[in-house]
Amino acid sequence: MPAATRTVQETGPADLPAVAAGLLAEGRRLALVAAHHDDAAAPGGRALRVVYLFVSGPPDTRLEVHVRLDADRPELPTLAHRSFAAGRFEREMHDLHGVRVQDHPLPRRLVRHFHWPRGWYPMRPDAGPPPAFGAQEGPYPFLEVEGDGVYEIPVGPVHAGLIEPGHFRFSVVGETILKLKARLWFVHKGIEKLFEGRTVERGLPLAERISGDTAVGHALAYCLAVEEATGTEVPGEAQRARAMLLELERMYNHVTDLGALCNDVGHSVLNSHALRIREQLLRVNETVTGHRLLRGGVVVGGARLESVPEPGLLRAVREDIREVAALALGHSTVRDRFTGTAVLGADVARDLGCLGYVARAAGLTDDARIAHPFTVYDPAPDVAVRTTGDVLARFQIRAEEIDTAVDLATALAPGLRPGTVRADPAGGPRSGVGIVEGWRGTITTRVELAADGTLARVKPVDPSFFNWPALPLALADTIVPDFPLTNKSFNLSYAGNDL
Amino acid sequence: MSALGYAAIAAQAGAVVVGAPLLTGWMRQVRARLEGRAGAGTAQPWRDLRKLLRKEPITAAGTGPAFRVAPALLVASTLVVAALIPLVSTATPISGHADAILVVGLLALGTVTLALAGLDTGTAFGGMGSSREMTISALVEPTILLAVFALSIPAGSTNLAAIISGAAEDPARLASPAGLLATAALAVAVLAETGRIPVDNPSTHLELTMVHEAMVLEYAGPDLALVELGAQMRLTVLLGLQASLFVPWGIATAGDSWGSLLLALAVLAVKVAALGALLAAAEVFWAKLRLFRVPELLAGSFLLALLAVTASYFLGTGGGIL
Repeated sequence: MPAATRTVQETGPADLPAVAAGLLAEGRRLALVAAHHDDAAAPGGRALRVVYLFVSGPPDTRLEVHVRLDADRPELPTLAHRSFAAGRFEREMHDLHGVRVQDHPLPRRLVRHFHWPRGWYPMRPDAGPPPAFGAQEGPYPFLEVEGDGVYEIPVGPVHAGLIEPGHFRFSVVGETILKLKARLWFVHKGIEKLFEGRTVERGLPLAERISGDTAVGHALAYCLAVEEATGTEVPGEAQRARAMLLELERMYNHVTDLGALCNDVGHSVLNSHALRIREQLLRVNETVTGHRLLRGGVVVGGARLESVPEPGLLRAVREDIREVAALALGHSTVRDRFTGTAVLGADVARDLGCLGYVARAAGLTDDARIAHPFTVYDPAPDVAVRTTGDVLARFQIRAEEIDTAVDLATALAPGLRPGTVRADPAGGPRSGVGIVEGWRGTITTRVELAADGTLARVKPVDPSFFNWPALPLALADTIVPDFPLTNKSFNLSYAGNDL
Repeated sequence: MSALGYAAIAAQAGAVVVGAPLLTGWMRQVRARLEGRAGAGTAQPWRDLRKLLRKEPITAAGTGPAFRVAPALLVASTLVVAALIPLVSTATPISGHADAILVVGLLALGTVTLALAGLDTGTAFGGMGSSREMTISALVEPTILLAVFALSIPAGSTNLAAIISGAAEDPARLASPAGLLATAALAVAVLAETGRIPVDNPSTHLELTMVHEAMVLEYAGPDLALVELGAQMRLTVLLGLQASLFVPWGIATAGDSWGSLLLALAVLAVKVAALGALLAAAEVFWAKLRLFRVPELLAGSFLLALLAVTASYFLGTGGGIL
C-alpha cells in the first residue's frame, strides 16, 4: 500500500482566498482547518499558523496550505463566500483561538458557550485553566420569525430521552417548521487542549473517547496521523485488522439506528429485534477486542486482536438484519412515514460539504475507503448511493452499508490471527494526517508532534461537524412531529462535534 | 333490589379505579412478551402511582386554576361515567340517566379540562399538545355520537341500559350491518380518544411527537398520579363500554341476585382483559401514523359510523323507531 503523499504550500494571508478558490475549483474538499500557536523556537518563528487541508481522491491527494499570521493580532481573510465549511472552521477558530476573521458573512459565535468570560480563548497558550463563568460576550439572540400564527418551540438542551445535549429552536406555523436553529457545543470538553503535551500512547485513549460510538474511527484516524508523523510503516496485517474493526463498528451502529428509526414511528417490535442483533454484535466485539465498543483494538503502530470473528456468525447476523430491514420497508405505515420526509437535496449536501450516509443518501458518492484507502480492499467496497435524500434513503443506505460491511469483514477476517501486530517509529516529518471512513462518514485528524515526540496539536474533525448544518435545511417544510425521526435518520454526534 | 343496585354502582366504580392501572400493566405486559421482552409486570402501573403519590406536590410557576383542578376533574368525570354506564348491571338506581350523549359529554369534559391545563402552563409543549388533542377530539366526538346513535335506533332510545339490554335479548341486532359498522367506527374512535397507536404513542420519549403526554408534561407528583390514573380509567371505561355494547352477555339485569352481580363483575374483567390484550397485540403490528394522516383515519371511522346510521334506517327491522 503506497503511502499517500501530502504536499505543503506556504501562502500569505492576502493570497489565501485566491489559492483556496483555485484548489476548490479543482474539485478538492476542505477537510480540516486548524490553528497552531507557534513559539519563537518554531522553524518560521513566533506566529499563529493556520493549516488548511484540501483533499481529493482517488487518487489520494492531500494538500496543505499554511498561512502565518501575527501572533498577537491574528487576522485572516474569510473563505466563507467560497466554502460553507470554511466559514464554520473560521468561526470555530475565532471562538477558540481569538483569530479575527475579516468580512465574515456570519460573524456569530459558534463554539463559544454563552457564559464563557469575555476575551478568554481556551486554545491560546496563555489561556490557563478554565475560569469561572463570567460576563458574557454580547447578546446571543435567536433570529425571530415574525408573522401571523408563528410561534416558537424551544427544545433542550436536556431532552426527555437519553440523548446528548443540544438546544433546538423551532419557528412553527401550525405544525409546519419554518425555521430550525440548532445550538450545540454544550458538551465542549476541550479535547484538543487535553491532547497537548500527552505522549502519543496516552493520546490514544483520548482519541477513542472523542465520540463513544466511534471508538475505532477516531482512534484509527489519530493513529494514521501519528504514524505518518513518526514515519511508522504499519504491517499490512495490522492494517487489515483495523479495516475489519472499522466494519464491525459500522455494523453495530447501523443496526442500532435501523431499530431506533422503527421505534420512532411506534413500530417497536423491530427495535426489539434490532437491539437483540446489536447485543450479538457487541458480544462479538468483546471477544475480538476485549471491549464491547471495540476500544483497544487499534494501537499506535498496529492492531491488537484477542480473537478473529467467525465469518459464519457475521453472515447469519446479516441475514437477520436483512429480514428486519425488509419487514420495516414492507410495513405500509413505516414506509409512508419514511418516504419523502425531510428531503436533503444533492446541491445542498454538496454546498455544505456533507459526508457519510447523509451525503450518500442525497446522491454524493464520497467514501474515504475509496478516496483515501489505508489498506487494499479486496473486493472493493460497494458504495451504496440513493438520490431521494429522504429518511427512507438514509434508512436504505444504512441497511445496504451493513451488507457491504459484512462482505468486507468476512473477506478480511480469514487472513488475521489473534495477537498484537505493530511496528516501531522510524522518524518522520512530525506532522501527519489520518483520513478514515467511520460509520458516520469521513473522519479527518491532523497531528503535529513537538521536538520531544509529545503531541503538540491534535485536531480531529468528526463528520458531524459538516453534517449538522444540513439538518435544519432538510427540515424546512417538514412537520414538527417528524423532527425526531429526521434527527434519528441523521444521527449526528454531539460529542464529536462539540469536542 | 335497591341495595343490589347501589352495590352494582360501587362495584363498577371500584372495579374501574382498581382495575384501570392493572389493565394498563396487563396490556404493556402482553406487548412486552410479544416483542420478546420480559416486561415489568402487571402491577407496575400501581407501583408507579404509589411512587408518584408519595412525592411532594409541585405546580409549575405561573399556572392558574385550570392547571390545578384538571387532574381531579379528569378523574371525577371519568368516575361518574364509570358509575353511570352499564358495565356490571343494567338495573342500577341511576341507569335511567345513562344517556349516551351525556356519557360522551362527560368524556369530552375530561379532554377539554386537560387541554385547558396544557394551555395554562404557557409552555410551547402544552399548547402544542392541546392543539393536537383538540384537533383529534373534534374528529372523534362526532364519530362516537354517531356510532352510539346507530345502535340506539333499534332500541328506540339513547339510554345505554336500554340499548344493552335490548341487544342482549335480540343478538341479531349486533350482527346486523349497522351493528358491525358501528363496532368498527367505535373501535377506531376509542383508539384515538385514549391516545393509542396509530394515533398517539403512549410510551414515547420524543416530546415533539407527543399528543396526550405533551399536554401533561408539566405535571409532577400526586397530580401526575391523578392524570395517569384518569387516562387509564378512560381507557378502561371505553373498553368496558365497547365490551358491554357489543358483547352484552353476562351483565346483571333487574331481579338478579348477588351471585349474578359477582359473576357479572368477573365477566367484565375477562371481557376487558381480552379486549385489552387484543388491542396490545394489534399495536405490536402497527406503527404510528404521520400526524397529518390521522384526520384521514378518523374521517374513515366517521364514515363508517355514518354508514351504520344509514344502514339502520334502510335495513332496520322491528322494534326500532321506524
